[in-house]
Amino acid sequence: MVKINGEELNVAGKTIAEYLATTNYDPKRIAVERNGDIVFKSQYGETLLQDGDSIEIVSFVGGG
Amino acid sequence: MWEVVKLIPTKEEWYAALSERHGEKIQNSFGAATVAICGLGGLGSNIAFALARAGIGKLILIDFDSVDITNLHRQQYKANQIGVSKTQALKENLFEIAPYTAIETHNVRISEDNAEELLEKADIICEAFDDAECKAMLVNLVLERMPEKYLVAASGMAGFGSANTIQTRRISKRFYLCGDGTSDVQSEGSLVASRVMLCAAHQAHTVLRILTEQFEA
Repeated sequence: MVKINGEELNVAGKTIAEYLATTNYDPKRIAVERNGDIVFKSQYGETLLQDGDSIEIVSFVGGG
Repeated sequence: MWEVVKLIPTKEEWYAALSERHGEKIQNSFGAATVAICGLGGLGSNIAFALARAGIGKLILIDFDSVDITNLHRQQYKANQIGVSKTQALKENLFEIAPYTAIETHNVRISEDNAEELLEKADIICEAFDDAECKAMLVNLVLERMPEKYLVAASGMAGFGSANTIQTRRISKRFYLCGDGTSDVQSEGSLVASRVMLCAAHQAHTVLRILTEQFEA
């Protein structure tokens, strides 16, 4: 299982890009951290989600 | 005619007054700090006021825009500053309230090409943009290329939602996020001074907590 924003999901084995494609996140408005480290945007297609990973997807909305 | 000349306090008097309130150790830490503020709108101008009042040593202010009549309902500018660059207007306003805070201004749009150079000297970076994609660009850039910096970003402070939903979260060791996370200006339709100031206050307060080595959100 992979913990994404606090929720346990059965997505181990998918890449971050593959996971994001199943969600409503806009890739241009997010930052992704994996076990406390930033995932480089250029690495979304290559980074595999693994059992026990803790993922935080920060999504930005407009206003400031 | 005689003119009454009002002298402002000396630098020594200024820091003595701040040290009396914050304690000398904390004030020395504030005075030695350099904080960059990226975007000088509702968030950035209010963050700058709070940090200058606290006696932060140096602020790096970055924005490409000029003061517009539509900014005055939530941003720390004056009616007679419409048309003036935000960097210049904010520098003037900060000088009036905190004359010994050093101000460096950059009247440019922050991009992937110039960000590292602009932010190099900052200990802590505040993301204070309006646009969601610009926010994400800066956050990813700082986390990827400048992992040694502290980053305090914001997302979600539009509308008339409860004040109590504005929060600070520590996402990772040096990355904090303030706001309610969801109130988009496009869906909420407006930004109001009080709620934007709450979020700006969260950001400024997080900066001060980092400088006092209180790292939890």
